[in-house]
Amino acid sequence: MTSLRLFFDPLAPAGLWLGGAFFLLLLLLPYWGGSYVMTVATTVFYLALIGQSWNLMLGFAGLLSIGHALFVGIGAYTAAYLFAAIGLPPIVGVLPAVGLAVLMGLLIGYLGFRFAIGGVYFALLTIAFAEFVRVMIDHASWLGATEGFFLKVTEADRHSVDLVNLRGTPEMYYYLIMALALGALVLCRYLLHSRLGYYWQAIRDDAEAADALGVDVLRYKMYAVAISAGMAGVAGVFYAFYQNSLFPEIVFNIERSIEATLGSIVGGVGTLFGPIFGTFILTPLGEIVTEAIDLLKHWQVIDPETRLDGLKLLIWGFIVVLIVLFKPRGLWPWVCGRLRLIRTEAES
Amino acid sequence: MASLLKVAQVSKSFRGLRALNDVSLDVAERGIAALIGPNGAGKTTLFNVIAGVFPPDAGSVRLDDADITGRRPNSICHSGIGRTFQICRPFSQMTVLQNVTVAALRGSATVEAARTAARACLEMLELDARATQHAANLTLPDRKRLEVARALATGPRLLLLDEVMAGLRPSETDRMVATLRQLRDETGLTILLIEHVMRAVMALSENITVLHHGEKISEGPPETIVRDPAVLECYLGDQDP
Ligand SMILES: Nc1ncnc2c1ncn2[C@@H]1O[C@H](COP(=O)(O)OP(=O)(O)OP(=O)(O)O)[C@@H](O)[C@H]1O
Ligand SMILES: [Mg+2]
Repeated sequence: MTSLRLFFDPLAPAGLWLGGAFFLLLLLLPYWGGSYVMTVATTVFYLALIGQSWNLMLGFAGLLSIGHALFVGIGAYTAAYLFAAIGLPPIVGVLPAVGLAVLMGLLIGYLGFRFAIGGVYFALLTIAFAEFVRVMIDHASWLGATEGFFLKVTEADRHSVDLVNLRGTPEMYYYLIMALALGALVLCRYLLHSRLGYYWQAIRDDAEAADALGVDVLRYKMYAVAISAGMAGVAGVFYAFYQNSLFPEIVFNIERSIEATLGSIVGGVGTLFGPIFGTFILTPLGEIVTEAIDLLKHWQVIDPETRLDGLKLLIWGFIVVLIVLFKPRGLWPWVCGRLRLIRTEAES
Repeated sequence: MASLLKVAQVSKSFRGLRALNDVSLDVAERGIAALIGPNGAGKTTLFNVIAGVFPPDAGSVRLDDADITGRRPNSICHSGIGRTFQICRPFSQMTVLQNVTVAALRGSATVEAARTAARACLEMLELDARATQHAANLTLPDRKRLEVARALATGPRLLLLDEVMAGLRPSETDRMVATLRQLRDETGLTILLIEHVMRAVMALSENITVLHHGEKISEGPPETIVRDPAVLECYLGDQDP
């Protein structure tokens, strides 16, 4: 309970009321939103979870990952395979899934930090490994290769609530991912105020100075990568059992990795709530754009044959450019200041 | 009195440039010693060798008779040496208190204990009023003070101070001198400082080592150093004594 108290402490009255109201709205979403709104909200929390994992690395410890889909994908394939092959329920399968994601993170971290001259080397390794694993799975027939890996779902599954096997109604998935995303938030809040958080931020701001103050830079960078990869692995397990189908081109697509970064960039890299806030802006906006295009096509305003798949990304890209130009610290710190959501003397 | 730090015959070259040539130096336990010399003499390089930023090409560094030559900076910090950087390296996105807390965590079991220790260091350096400010917004004198506070918060036995009084006004220099002397007297700290401000060097140090072009050209108590013709020629000649 202490960590929860810690968590709410810096909120100002406006922040408590607004945050509380928003939380209640989301908690009751299955009662007021249709299935479409639920799907979007589930995606939002899912991306917010990955965003927080990515933000832990760059925002807290200063380590740029541009292949974050790798950790998500490893988590997804591991849990899905173990479920399909030996019937291991995902509630247990999440352990090896996270374990493998963490190992992959540690491997990349070790190669990147131990032998590298600059930080870019590590970022490049993250994409290189994402591509490498994608190609491997492309050729692994036991994982469905390019044909995809599928999990069986029965009609009865869709009406049950089975958290052990992650089989259930859309409401179950929604509440599960919401709990996971908020759990990640509490974890990040806790970590940021622990020894790890202090050391990470010091390394982020000046690794050489941190070294001189007794911080084992390599070790704490490795912790950051491990925890971040583990969080992404959890998201991957959720993805596998929510989608029930895994395709290497989709799971390990660089677009997934980019997606993981955008929410945090818009919300504010290095802030606690930024990744969630940014995702809550970007994902619904993307949906609105997609829907608007469909409507315009439906009304024949634009030719239904026109392919506008890239438009959503283009608009996201445009928003990111605007943010970087005008609010480089992200929208969340700005909104916080404007609405006085957080007490000023608070430090985080 | 026994030596806490023993630097023996240290040499260091950078791509052919001899930054240090066969330099030896002892600092007595609980003493305050100064390292002076013109720009580019190799003073900061010697600090970097002691603090483990790079290993020396030859020679050794011993702290309290333990050989620490070639150890990594964080390990040297753990063995009891705290250092400041001549060009301040604050953790700019962290607050002043958080900066010092990072250092204080070395000797503290919990973050809360580290914060308490950090507050004490801030008070000592008269930085407590700046505690919640981001380090990026500090003035130069405050940055210098933050460097000292951070090094101090690691709980060192030996403090290496690289020009922490450069850019300070005379009154501020006097305050820093008083603080350092008080530190030594009250906590038994040993201090080795690089300083161009002769006013501070003369007021503080019991022993001075003079470097020039990477070589030690003189060594002794302040009164002897200011009268040494070699020193006057290379160093004091073009400085305010
Ligand atoms: N990391 C490095 N790489 C290459 N050359 C270096 C490095 N550090 C120092 N030098 C060179 O070594 C020589 C000594 O430099 P150092 O910084 O030790 O001088 P200093 O006595 O501290 O001078 P100042 O009073 O200006 O601070 C200089 O010529 C400098 O250019
Ligand atoms: Mg220097």
